[in-house]
Amino acid sequence: MEGTLNLVGYGIGAAGASIGVGMVFVAYINGVARQPEARGMLQPIAFLGFALVEALALFGLVLAFVL
Amino acid sequence: MALTALGSVLSAEEGGEAVDPSKAGFVAPTSLEFAFPDIIASDGWLTKPMLQIVLSVVVVFLFFFLSARKRSMVPSRFQFAGEGIYGFIRNGVGRDVIGHGFERFVPYLVTLFAFIYVNNVMGIFPGLHFPTMSRIGFPIVLALFTWAVYNYVGMRKFGVSGYFKNMMFPPGVPKPVYILLAPIEFVSVFLVRPVTLALRLFANMFAGHLLLLVFMLGGAYMLANESLVLNFLSPFAFITAIALTFFEALIQLLQAYIFTLLTAVYIAGALAEEH
Repeated sequence: MEGTLNLVGYGIGAAGASIGVGMVFVAYINGVARQPEARGMLQPIAFLGFALVEALALFGLVLAFVL
Repeated sequence: MALTALGSVLSAEEGGEAVDPSKAGFVAPTSLEFAFPDIIASDGWLTKPMLQIVLSVVVVFLFFFLSARKRSMVPSRFQFAGEGIYGFIRNGVGRDVIGHGFERFVPYLVTLFAFIYVNNVMGIFPGLHFPTMSRIGFPIVLALFTWAVYNYVGMRKFGVSGYFKNMMFPPGVPKPVYILLAPIEFVSVFLVRPVTLALRLFANMFAGHLLLLVFMLGGAYMLANESLVLNFLSPFAFITAIALTFFEALIQLLQAYIFTLLTAVYIAGALAEEH
């Protein structure tokens, strides 16, 4: 079996990030479902939260390559 | 004819030697794909990403200069586009996030957004095929600019000691918690924020470029292989590459917007009257 431990580390890190992204959009969908007029207000917050959580998963991916 | 075109695509993509598609086993793209040879014999700095940066500066300047030239009340399409982008950042990011006194940051925010977006789009632009923000040096500089701006603005408004007091000792927290909170806040605002800003943009562009490379080079390998099964399965790799290109287009816009938005959030945080 080839590869480094970097890949295993990235895989474990991606688990937390995927749950986090799911939670952000659960909150967004719930908010829009309860009050459809809030869609415009919540959308930038949803995208901001998505990018912040996604960043951590991508750190893992990049460091798996670089280190 | 398709195979020679693919071969030239391969040799153009990689910074190192070209891999003959049908002879070697599949060589997965690594971070070496992001190293480029010197164009003129400089010391390693005059490479393709450097030229792309210069090109993006020219493009951004020309876009806003040409869109603001006539300033007629009934805007032409070009002026409408420029005003649309400017207004989007000015209102959605500047006014809504920073609030009072936001006007002096609007030029920086708009330029930041346009500059990052143009550089990101070069990742899927035909002919260029390389997002310049996937070289860590460029996001580092932008994050340092942002770091300098929000720290300087905060220190100008509150004085150096006042700024640190606001940052490390937010009100409404019981006294003993400050022992834990103050170092965390200091490290977070002073050290971690520029690092994560730069790393977020870099990692998104790096990962996106690598994804596209894997599917395109993999598809080329499968198409050039002797095995007929792989030849027939190669269109799926190319279709995935096309789908990922559209996804990358969304991510590039999103990352430019996020960098600008977080810059505004940090500036607003530095200017916030905590009491």
